[in-house]
Amino acid sequence: MGNILVIAEQSKGSLKKASLSAVTFAKSLAGKTGGECHILVMGSGIDAVAKELAGCGAKKVWAADNPGLNDYLAPVYAQVAAQVAKDCGATVVTATVTAMGKDLLPRVAAKLVAGMLSDIIDFSVEGGNIVFKKPVYAGSINALMTLEGDPKVVSVRGTAFEAAKKDGAPAEIAQVSVSVDPSQSRMKFVGFEEYKSVRPELTEASVVVSGGRGLKSAENFKIIEGLADLLGGAVGATRAAVDSGFCPNDLQVGQTGKVVAPSLYIAIAISGAIQHLAGMKDSKVIVAINKDPEAPIFQVADYGIVGDLFKAVPELMEEIKKAKA
Amino acid sequence: MKVLVTVKRVPDPEAKLKVDPEGKGIVTQGLKFVVNPFDEIAIEEGLKMKEKHKAEVVLVSIGKKESTEQLRTGLAMGADRAILVLTDDGADSEVVARILTKVYETEKPDIVLMGKQAVDDDMNQAGQLLAEYLGIPQATFASKVELAADLKSAKVTREVDGGLETVEIQLPAVITADLRLNTPRYASLPGIMKAKTKPLKEIPVAELGVQVKPKVKMLKLEEPPKRKGGIKVETVQELVLKLKNEAKVL
Repeated sequence: MGNILVIAEQSKGSLKKASLSAVTFAKSLAGKTGGECHILVMGSGIDAVAKELAGCGAKKVWAADNPGLNDYLAPVYAQVAAQVAKDCGATVVTATVTAMGKDLLPRVAAKLVAGMLSDIIDFSVEGGNIVFKKPVYAGSINALMTLEGDPKVVSVRGTAFEAAKKDGAPAEIAQVSVSVDPSQSRMKFVGFEEYKSVRPELTEASVVVSGGRGLKSAENFKIIEGLADLLGGAVGATRAAVDSGFCPNDLQVGQTGKVVAPSLYIAIAISGAIQHLAGMKDSKVIVAINKDPEAPIFQVADYGIVGDLFKAVPELMEEIKKAKA
Repeated sequence: MKVLVTVKRVPDPEAKLKVDPEGKGIVTQGLKFVVNPFDEIAIEEGLKMKEKHKAEVVLVSIGKKESTEQLRTGLAMGADRAILVLTDDGADSEVVARILTKVYETEKPDIVLMGKQAVDDDMNQAGQLLAEYLGIPQATFASKVELAADLKSAKVTREVDGGLETVEIQLPAVITADLRLNTPRYASLPGIMKAKTKPLKEIPVAELGVQVKPKVKMLKLEEPPKRKGGIKVETVQELVLKLKNEAKVL
């Protein structure tokens, strides 16, 4: 069994925390198969990120630091990643499911002629074979699957693997000599409209307050924000709320949005469609506030209140303030 | 101008699915099948290109004869013709992309429009694999597509983590559709009538000469552990007490 290569993600010289979930998966898999965990990070001016990754308990960090990698472009990054995968003897290549992970990893798999599975939540090693568990049908069913041949490429769900700690003895950092011509990709980065928020990142927060269509307006969505701020949490939304223009798409929780598993998820005016549940049903505690007693959300909520959110939420905020005092 | 749009036949996303007793598949009795919702969005985007740039919209599906149903839906929406690559065997994302490579070589479209993922296996891989096999640009999770006046490139806005990214891609390219790219039209009655006689070509997969052995093997399907039922509380006061003392999350 060969090595496991993690493709870590960075942005403007900052490590994306989600990558640390893939590191945990890789270390665990390496431990069970006798391979080593290696980490690749690509970009320009990524010295600090490489040093951060070197403390995660991997055997080696490969830093591909080159101005040609300043902008993320799938074909360019895939070329470098496939080369490093070969150089480090990887039989498994992995990354966390993020927008970049989803966009990039299949191209890496194509270059390596590797079978690929996306969004795995667990694995086991049985008689030399790796069996992966993956949600299908919007997570209403889990599939146990294997991949023929080597190497194998798998993307992992961030909420399924705890972030690796960064306090280990520093691993060796190898500089990857890169020769790329981004113009050959026939793709060009034009711009990024960032949704700036002072709140915790949705996928990292321990409390998420989420709103649905029942809020009726973007103005009303401020109620969600108020409760989130009181609890120091992140704000989430259903597809319906985003489609109605109440909030940016970046806040969408669900099958095709973000998957979260916070300690506390408060669903306000959310009916509980399968596609939304797919993104939050692994939260530790779920609270639902909805005026429809038959709303499916109550089937997964640990605590539910049937009532008018415009009354219940301000009341809730008052009670929480009292409880915290 | 020509756009090739992929169409996958999937179980109705609103249906409550059950695993069959052997755990090898889902119970399909009484199950309704539809066009993968993201593929519907891709078809709609193709139709907009037809309206704006006189693009020919060609649909392609891979599977058993039943997929004809979904192709006729796309034709009823307004697509020009359809191709069904017939195979009785399951195809994983790699096999799908290899088959599409062959169709691409015959059709030579300017854009391949695909849904970003199929809502049955939620893999989100085929579009990207195809782009790499063809060595062409990709723009995934598209929420807006603007073709240049000379139709040789496109500016695509993508829904990514933290916001919206815009990339410029030279054509030909693969674009995968995200939820908010557009709202698909309903097929009109005249559209449905016309669809019956629009060309639908069936090609047995063996004729394409692609490697069709999937690397993905499904061992078993299982239902995830159900969350234990919760309780309803009457008052907010009660809720906060429980969150503090019972759940210990406050």
